[in-house]
Amino acid sequence: MNPDILVIGGGLHGLSCALQAARRGASVLVVERHFLGRHASGSTAAGVRTLGRDPAELPLSLEAAETWHKMADLVGDDCGFKACGQLQVAEDDAAMASIAARIARLEKQGMHHEKLIGADELRELVPTISPHCVGAAWVSGDGSADPHRAICAFRDAAKRAGVNIIEQCQVISLGRNGQSWQIHTTKGDFSAAVVINAAGAWADKIAEMAGEPVRQAIRTSMMVVTERAGDVVRPVISSFGRKLSFKQTAEGTLLIGGGAQGRLAADKQSASVDVQALSVAVQAAVRLFPSMVGTRMVRAWAGMEAMTEDHLPVIGFSDQAEGLIHAFGFSGHGFQLVPSVGRVVADLAIEGKSNQQLDAFNVNRVSEKGVASC
Amino acid sequence: MSYDVVVIGAGPAGMAAAVQLAKLGISVCVVDEQPAPGGQIWRGVERNATSPVFKALGEDYQKGSSATAAFHAAGIDYQPAAQVWQIEDGWKVFLTAEGKSRCITAKAILLANGAQERPVPFAGWTLPGVMTVGAAQILLKSGGMLPEGDVWIAGAGPLPLLYATQLLELGGKVAGYIDTSQKPSLKALSHLPAAWRDFPGLMKGLRWIWKLRRSGKLVRNTRNLRATGDGQLRQIEWESNGKTRKRDVGVLLVHEGVVPRIHETMALGCDHDWNDQQKYFAPRVDQWGETSRKGIFVAGDAGGIGGWKVATVSGEIAGLGIARFLNIGIDAEKLRREAALDDGRKRAMALRPLLDALYTPPQTPIADDVVVCRCEEVTAGRIREAARASAPDVGAVKAATRCGMGPCQGRQCGYSVQALVAEVNNLPVGDVRFFNIRPPLKPVTLGEIATLQDVEA
Repeated sequence: MNPDILVIGGGLHGLSCALQAARRGASVLVVERHFLGRHASGSTAAGVRTLGRDPAELPLSLEAAETWHKMADLVGDDCGFKACGQLQVAEDDAAMASIAARIARLEKQGMHHEKLIGADELRELVPTISPHCVGAAWVSGDGSADPHRAICAFRDAAKRAGVNIIEQCQVISLGRNGQSWQIHTTKGDFSAAVVINAAGAWADKIAEMAGEPVRQAIRTSMMVVTERAGDVVRPVISSFGRKLSFKQTAEGTLLIGGGAQGRLAADKQSASVDVQALSVAVQAAVRLFPSMVGTRMVRAWAGMEAMTEDHLPVIGFSDQAEGLIHAFGFSGHGFQLVPSVGRVVADLAIEGKSNQQLDAFNVNRVSEKGVASC
Repeated sequence: MSYDVVVIGAGPAGMAAAVQLAKLGISVCVVDEQPAPGGQIWRGVERNATSPVFKALGEDYQKGSSATAAFHAAGIDYQPAAQVWQIEDGWKVFLTAEGKSRCITAKAILLANGAQERPVPFAGWTLPGVMTVGAAQILLKSGGMLPEGDVWIAGAGPLPLLYATQLLELGGKVAGYIDTSQKPSLKALSHLPAAWRDFPGLMKGLRWIWKLRRSGKLVRNTRNLRATGDGQLRQIEWESNGKTRKRDVGVLLVHEGVVPRIHETMALGCDHDWNDQQKYFAPRVDQWGETSRKGIFVAGDAGGIGGWKVATVSGEIAGLGIARFLNIGIDAEKLRREAALDDGRKRAMALRPLLDALYTPPQTPIADDVVVCRCEEVTAGRIREAARASAPDVGAVKAATRCGMGPCQGRQCGYSVQALVAEVNNLPVGDVRFFNIRPPLKPVTLGEIATLQDVEA
């Protein structure tokens, strides 16, 4: 069972690449070390936002935004996506000025997705928010998805498109043999013309096996979920200059995250919660929603995701090895870019090029040139 | 606040260890959920000493008086009514008491947090009116409360027998007792000779069974017990000799044995071993009670079910083990020998192989329509469906169904989900891992976490 394309990593990006390549006629195999969505994809708040995006990502982001609004067309399910809007709150005048400046810059470039709103409109959107907030950036079409539902929907759509998925299958080594890759795994050996590196926090290990060492940090962002609460908030909330994201799920639970970091285990294979660091995010949430002080936390966890130095992902062909495509480094990006990145990677895998400008995501930004792999 | 040792749990194991540590001059703080020492076995023993229930609760219960007295006399820092909700490397113990959260640091931690009843889902087990024997006994020990109406007990093991005896002693009534245990196997009977080492214990059990037989309420060889009722328990039914029997009931008390409380050791990443006879995980410990993580010790039922006598001895051994770990210049081996702790443990364990072989957990597959995860109301059928679509990993099933995501953190459904994943994948149960255990170990409010900022660690 040797596929045309072998995707390493069964997170949402890997599944999206696999799905869209298979739809265009390629035979595709996904290998996943644990189970689908085990790490970042299953640990995320699954935000879907254009708000606050780096300008380099906006073309991909705006394309993806359209897809999210008709996600059922792509995978047969809406993935729990709710266009409840995203708000970036300003808690003081300085934050408000920074937000206003950013929106002015975007508008100058012809981007009109973010809207500046004042305290009154903010209060209308979120009556429960603390009175000290002075305004916000608002994108009404943004929102969030249900991570586990999204993983199941992409998995099922990929399988229907003919993708083979092998879970509990770890890549041990990669080698180039003539026109194809030899992939040695814990569940057998495969060969494929193209390998897609969607291995998340372990993408650097895969890149190194393929002869292209890269610099990548691991982020261990923590999340808190509470017991079910009454109607607290509809939009997804973040706060300018603070490590906070806050939303209410369809189940009624509150989800608090925003980048407070847990502890990475010494072997870099797992991460655990650091409650003192977590309390910074919780404090920020309680400051915005003081009525939440008595709500009980049900669970907290730390995910593991790949982060590059400039916080932009790596998307595109390898600089060093033929037939290798990278798609990693999406720390803090949520689910939003998933459909457009899958589309672009499928372009590269099948046609060898994409109409999308990918210079900002080139792997040479992070490659360890001249450093021998060890 | 900082100590040499934090002991979690003030039952037989925790108290024995703390007394041992204090005797050796080691600074120790005992943190416990309950308002008074004693653990589950001796719950409320100090307050009940003057109560009419004291005699009915039996000799083993009365022995708690001297153990709690010795604990108080040892001058140990003691934090009752406290919930430990997180333990982190270094060792930091985060707890909430009197509505405030704080952090205590220690060089070593002893987990002496006991056991929990094994949840066994069956049709109707979530109806109000169905409760566990353990919960009923808590009501008896904490307020002298007896269940009212037609009380039925369904279960296996020593606890329901003991509870039924206590209930009858106090003038309560048992309308019926369904013995769900399997017929004793030859293997079980082969443990009988060794069990004679604990002759009084054996006699005690036989006395309970005899009392119950004489009452004429004992029902045996039953299958497919169901509880029914519209929003409230009304009837139970079961099959016996190919016929369906029905009874109107007021209260149904169920019990299928106890299992170690492993959320703490699981959350800490300690290694665990699978006990295939009793179908539970227990932390792997060395001869001093130390887990695979240096400085984390376990004593009592939390390390494997043994009962209060074993717990007491294992607490004393762990106390010496911790002293040895702290390297304070004592000869722990010598003290262990002089106190004949290993002989004591052997004696206390004498009845256990027989009990474990007599009372094995039920192996009937859970019907598809039975709710397995009470918090998120996930049925066995949905768990099987998710298990068929994913890798043989409880984490994948949890993500797909929300089972185990509720406030109990899988304490109710963990072993059932594990067994279902094993069943679907045709694997030995012990080859399927347990849920990943995430903080908090106990409920804690956002306000309590937010104020941690101001706490020194």
